[in-house]
Amino acid sequence: MDDFVLRALLAGIGVAVAAGPLGAFVVWRRLAYFGDTLAHSALLGVALGFLFDANVTVAIVVVCLLLALLLVMMQRQQRLASDTLLGIMSHGALALGLVVLAFMEGLRMDLLGYLFGDILSVTRGDIVWILATGLLVLAGLALIWRPLLADTVHEELARVEGVAVVPARLGFMLLLALFIAVSMKVVGILLITSLLIIPAATARHFARTPEQMALIASLIGCLAVSGGLLASLQWDLPAGPAVVLVAALFFLVSFGWRRGD
Amino acid sequence: MKKSNELLAETRDVQLTLRGRRVLDQVDLAVHRGEIVTLIGPNGAGKSTLVRVLLGLMKPDHGSVYLRPGVRIGYMPQRLLIDPVLPLTVRRFLTLGRPCSETRLQGVLQEVGAAALLEAPIQNTSGGELQRILLARALLRDPDLLILDEPVQGVDITGQLDLYRLISRIRDRLDCGILMVSHDLHLVMATTDRVVCLNRHVCCSGHPQDVSSDPAYLALFGASPGLALYTHRHNHHHDIHGHVVPAEEQERGGPGRG
Repeated sequence: MDDFVLRALLAGIGVAVAAGPLGAFVVWRRLAYFGDTLAHSALLGVALGFLFDANVTVAIVVVCLLLALLLVMMQRQQRLASDTLLGIMSHGALALGLVVLAFMEGLRMDLLGYLFGDILSVTRGDIVWILATGLLVLAGLALIWRPLLADTVHEELARVEGVAVVPARLGFMLLLALFIAVSMKVVGILLITSLLIIPAATARHFARTPEQMALIASLIGCLAVSGGLLASLQWDLPAGPAVVLVAALFFLVSFGWRRGD
Repeated sequence: MKKSNELLAETRDVQLTLRGRRVLDQVDLAVHRGEIVTLIGPNGAGKSTLVRVLLGLMKPDHGSVYLRPGVRIGYMPQRLLIDPVLPLTVRRFLTLGRPCSETRLQGVLQEVGAAALLEAPIQNTSGGELQRILLARALLRDPDLLILDEPVQGVDITGQLDLYRLISRIRDRLDCGILMVSHDLHLVMATTDRVVCLNRHVCCSGHPQDVSSDPAYLALFGASPGLALYTHRHNHHHDIHGHVVPAEEQERGGPGRG
C-alpha cells in the first residue's frame, strides 16, 4: 500500500474513533446544528490564525470555544428560537471567515481543502496531532462521561443529586472544539458534523446501552473511512465526500434492516 | 439522629420575578420530618418554581431558603422525556446518580411496584410506570425530604389513588418529610397533613378539610369540585401491568373505602 494511503487511513481512523462517543453525545443532546455552527466558525479560526501568525489549530479551538460560549449565553434569551439563532451564527461565521481570508493578500491557501478536507495529503505531523487529540478526546470524555450522561437525561435531577453539570458541559464543548480543529483536515468543515452524527445514528439500531452505542459508532466510523478511501482510490472520487457517502449508505442499510424485522 | 417534627426545609418571604412577571410573592413554606405537605394551585401559580427555589435550582430575588444541614433530598421532577435515540434501561436510569447494590435496587423497585421493569428500555414504559420509576430514583437517595412535582401526572384515577397511598406508606416507613405538588385537593386529601394553596402568594394553608372550605380556596377553584363525590367500589387492585391483585386493607385511610 502506498505511503499516502496509509497516512490517510491512520488519520481517518484516528478521527473516526474519537467521533464515535463524541457524536453519540451530539445526537443525544440534539446538538447537530450546534456542531455545524462550531465547524463553520473554524474557517474564521483559520483566517485569524494566519492574520496573527499564530498556530492555526490553536486559533480554531479558541474561535470555536468563544462561539460556543456566546451561543450558550444567547440561547438564554427567549426572543429568537434556538435554530434561527444557530442559523444566523453558523452562516455569519462562515461568511466572515471567507471574507477575512479573501482580504489577506499574498496568502496562497487551499480553500477547497479547508471546506471539503484533503485527507490524501495529511502529513506525519498531522497524524501526530490527530492521534494525540483523539486520545485526549477519549480520555476527557471518559472523565466526564457519568456527569454528562446524567445531565443529558435530566438536568435538574442531576443537579439536585449533586452532579457537577457545568464543568461537564464546558469540558464537552472544549473536546468538541478540539475535535473540529483537527478533523477538518480529513473531511473539511462542511462535512465534519456528518462524521459525528451518521455513525452514531446508525449505531443506535444495534445498541442497548449508551456505551455500546458510542463503541459501535466508532467502529462504523472506521468502516466508513476505510470504505470511503477505497472508493476514492478505485474510482478517483474526492475522499472526504466519499467517506461521508459510505457512512450515509451504512445508515440507510441499517435503517431498512431494522424496519424489516 | 432523626428527630421527629424537626424542620427540614423552609422558605421565608421568598419573592421571584421572571421576565417582568412576579411569579412568587412573600412565600413562606415549611416542611417538617414526618409530614406530607401538598402544594396546590392553578396553572401558572408558581408551584414548580417554588419547588425549584427550595431545591436551590433557582435563586429568589428576595427572601431566604433554609435547608437543614446535611439533609438528603429525593426529587421527582414533573416531566421526564428521554429521547428514544438514547439507549437506556430502567436499571441504568436508576443508577445514573450513583451506583447502588443489586438488592437495594430490586428492593426499591419492589416497593414502588415496578420490579419487573428493571431491564426494560425506559422509553417503553407507560406514564404510570415512569412515575414509579422516578419515585424509585428519588428513594434510592435515602431521602430525609422527598420533593415530588406532580407525582401522579399521566396516571389514571385508580392509579393516582394507589400512588398517593404508596407515598403515604413511604412517609411512614422512612419517617421523612414530603412536599408534593398537586392539581387536585380532593384526591390528596386523605394522604395529606397540610395543604398550602398557592397562587403566586400563599392564599391559604392548613388542614385539608379546612382549606377546602376556605373562601380563598373556593375563589380559586370554585365551590363544586368534580371529584368530591368520588366513591371507590373496587374490591381489588390492579398492579401497573393491569393484573388484578386482591384488595389489601392495611393502607391508612384510603379514600372511598368504608
